[in-house]
Amino acid sequence: MTTQTAPPEAPAKQERRKLDENTLRNLGLVGVLVLLIVVGIITKPDLYSDPTWVKNNFLTILQQASAIGVVTVGMTFVIIGGGIDLSVGAIIALAGVWATTLATQSYGAGGMIFTALVVGIAVGLVNGVLISYGKLVPFIATLAMLVAARGLAAQISAKQTQVSANDFINSLASERLLGIPLLVWILFLVVAAGWVLLNRTTFGRRTVAVGGNPEAARLAGINVKRHTLLLYALSGLCCGIAAIMLTSQATSAQAAMANLYELDAIAAAIIGGTLLSGGRGTIVGALFGVLVFSTITNLFAINNLSTEVQNMVKGAIIVLAVLIQQFRYKSLTQLFKR
Amino acid sequence: MTIPAPREDLKSDNDVPVPPDSTDGEGPGDVVLRLTDVVKTFPGVRALDGVQLEVRAGEVHCLLGQNGAGKSTLIKTLAGVHHADGGEITWLGEPFAPATPQAAMRAGIATIYQELDLVDDLSVAENAFLGHEDSRLGFTRRRSTAAKTREILSRLGHGEIPPRQAVRSLPAAGKQVVSMARALSHDARLIVMDEPSAVLAHDEVENLFRIIRELTAQGIAVIYISHRLEEIREIGDRVTVLKDGRTTAANLPARSTPTRDLVSRMTGRTIEYVFPPRRPAEQRDPLLVVDGLSRTGEFADASLTVAPGEIVGIAGLVGSGRSELLETIFGARRADSGTVTLDGKRITSVGSAVRKGMGMAPEERKSQALLLDEPVYKNMTLASFSTFAKAGFTDAGGERKAAERTAEALELRPRDVSRPIRTLSGGNQQKVVVGRWLLEDTKLLLLDEPTRGVDVGARAELYQVIHDLAERGVGVLLVSSEVPEVLGLADRVLVMREGRIIHEAPAGAIDEDAVLDMIMAGSLTTESILEGEPA
Repeated sequence: MTTQTAPPEAPAKQERRKLDENTLRNLGLVGVLVLLIVVGIITKPDLYSDPTWVKNNFLTILQQASAIGVVTVGMTFVIIGGGIDLSVGAIIALAGVWATTLATQSYGAGGMIFTALVVGIAVGLVNGVLISYGKLVPFIATLAMLVAARGLAAQISAKQTQVSANDFINSLASERLLGIPLLVWILFLVVAAGWVLLNRTTFGRRTVAVGGNPEAARLAGINVKRHTLLLYALSGLCCGIAAIMLTSQATSAQAAMANLYELDAIAAAIIGGTLLSGGRGTIVGALFGVLVFSTITNLFAINNLSTEVQNMVKGAIIVLAVLIQQFRYKSLTQLFKR
Repeated sequence: MTIPAPREDLKSDNDVPVPPDSTDGEGPGDVVLRLTDVVKTFPGVRALDGVQLEVRAGEVHCLLGQNGAGKSTLIKTLAGVHHADGGEITWLGEPFAPATPQAAMRAGIATIYQELDLVDDLSVAENAFLGHEDSRLGFTRRRSTAAKTREILSRLGHGEIPPRQAVRSLPAAGKQVVSMARALSHDARLIVMDEPSAVLAHDEVENLFRIIRELTAQGIAVIYISHRLEEIREIGDRVTVLKDGRTTAANLPARSTPTRDLVSRMTGRTIEYVFPPRRPAEQRDPLLVVDGLSRTGEFADASLTVAPGEIVGIAGLVGSGRSELLETIFGARRADSGTVTLDGKRITSVGSAVRKGMGMAPEERKSQALLLDEPVYKNMTLASFSTFAKAGFTDAGGERKAAERTAEALELRPRDVSRPIRTLSGGNQQKVVVGRWLLEDTKLLLLDEPTRGVDVGARAELYQVIHDLAERGVGVLLVSSEVPEVLGLADRVLVMREGRIIHEAPAGAIDEDAVLDMIMAGSLTTESILEGEPA
């Protein structure tokens, strides 16, 4: 039984990879969305028979998804880059509160937006410095920031709700362009920019490389530390944008706003197909993840069901999505086992 | 293009001179373990290709062989990590095929790997009884565990180690004792030690030998793997030599077999390495100058040069500091002292190394070089995608075309650059890693074990690629544990041992036996060769 050491013509059996994984997963999420809508139609046929209501309800879902969607885009980048950001909700609160102090409001809408974005980026940079150069584990660094940033937000606001008196800021949530709320436009813009950034720029390529194999990235000459720093700054920037969006929706900001956003954003990214260990993920999937959650919320709202049940269903969906992913990943790795 | 010699002609069944049951060794007890014609195949590689081994109770049986000879595969087969595809293993007279490491342990075979598998934050006693804790109703019985551990430790002559101390606080030698205590806690009758002396300081080795002698006096058999011939002479009873997955000599007496015999059993080749013919490089000013580079505990005072178009090879064992030296030259580790200059410019970080035209194919392909889920072309352009990009936007089309050209030049199989790289064979993955630096304007390429895990056919192609690069004027600094590879590829050879470059010679002026002897610190010619060398 002598084996010929024939030149290893690479195995031809794996040629079939036509529909790539991401497309499949996104189709699955679209399926879930359709299913949720069908459940809505079955439970509330009278509402769904009114086309105006259907349209407005659809826009409501999108508007509900807008702020968390923006945060999820930043979170997706951080996770693909091999990290995690637990501080996003706290950053939003800090940015929102800072942007609505009487002093900031005196500079008008421009001053408020500028403040929110700068605060978001600055806090993200602090996270990034601690993680990249201080060598803290991302979980710990951003957990500390979660506590500290909310504390600072409460300090600044003196635990009061700060009402936004700025008409332009408030109009973002109420005005529409081409029949679509401005907040939804912002979401679409951020998602589009995120997609381009991830798939068409050197920044995106570095993100995948740094998260997929940091050592390989480093030995290929990529500045892994600086890139990690930038990823957290990007997440902070997204939080700054979301802070303005939420402030406009509530026409106010307070230290308790955007509570548990970190969990929603991570969950949405994960069910959208982002690998928690980094190196793989999609922006479109993350958007679908957010939409699934906000559609569930909407479904429970129109049926007057309690948020307790809603949270249980959300939890079940997260577990299911990850189980399916693991199953798929396993079968794939088995396929490639040589 | 050179084609590797087919192996069949060399595979006539009886080219393995195994003394049928030689009793010239002083194996004191009965045969406990016998391997007959054991075969283990991995895709593309026959890691074990007919291994014979016979171990007696109470003896120290040494396994000798070059890197890649199959020693690791063999001990993992005994430990139940791998499963033999063919041949016969008998243990205590019964056929033996452990399904899991636990099964091997229960049967009485314990393995102590080079990187000790201890849990640092558990105590000595907890580590010794890890996996078979002494417990009642799920509660651990700390006192009796400690007592038993103390007993085992004193059997090992180390009653002074407190059983409740955390393993983290022990020195390497102490951790090794704990590993042996674990083996004894399983009532092991055979302990396999994979280069146990590699992590030990010189005086600690004596202590290790004392423990081994105590174990064998109790009738326990030991399989001892080491590259250091003088150790084998001191502790070993019999020696079995492996080469290319086969036993080339069995049961040689450890003390009396001449070094030359041992070395030639390890080197006589069945696989022909085919190296492209090489024109001597013209004398040119050095491109890379390394001067007095040191890193504490890794290597010291390394100085070398590489000229454009020159291939310089470093021969040395794992742990001799060669990979660390290469990574430090590349800027991936910070030097404690000394300088690296390329074209007269200082290299201080990976970023500056890459910008100034240095490239590296690291030792661990999968963990250090590849994005396994990504397509071939993105792996190929990992170091150069920014140069393709315009204003920060990547040019996937341009990258793909460039990658296709490189794939063509490297004869990558399959040629399709959109496939995920994890579907390629090891040799083709390695071509991609080397090809990564062909896209750049690379002047100097550092290659760390470029043919590890690469099959024979792809090896010859990689050799050709390396030669072509040198022809084009690229300087190459190469590290390999396979001495023939260094001798066949390089123009100039540096020999490294224990963190120091101990010898330098043109490749034509030195042969395999001499190099092997130097890197293993044997007794054959070291003194004469080292005469006049700066130590």
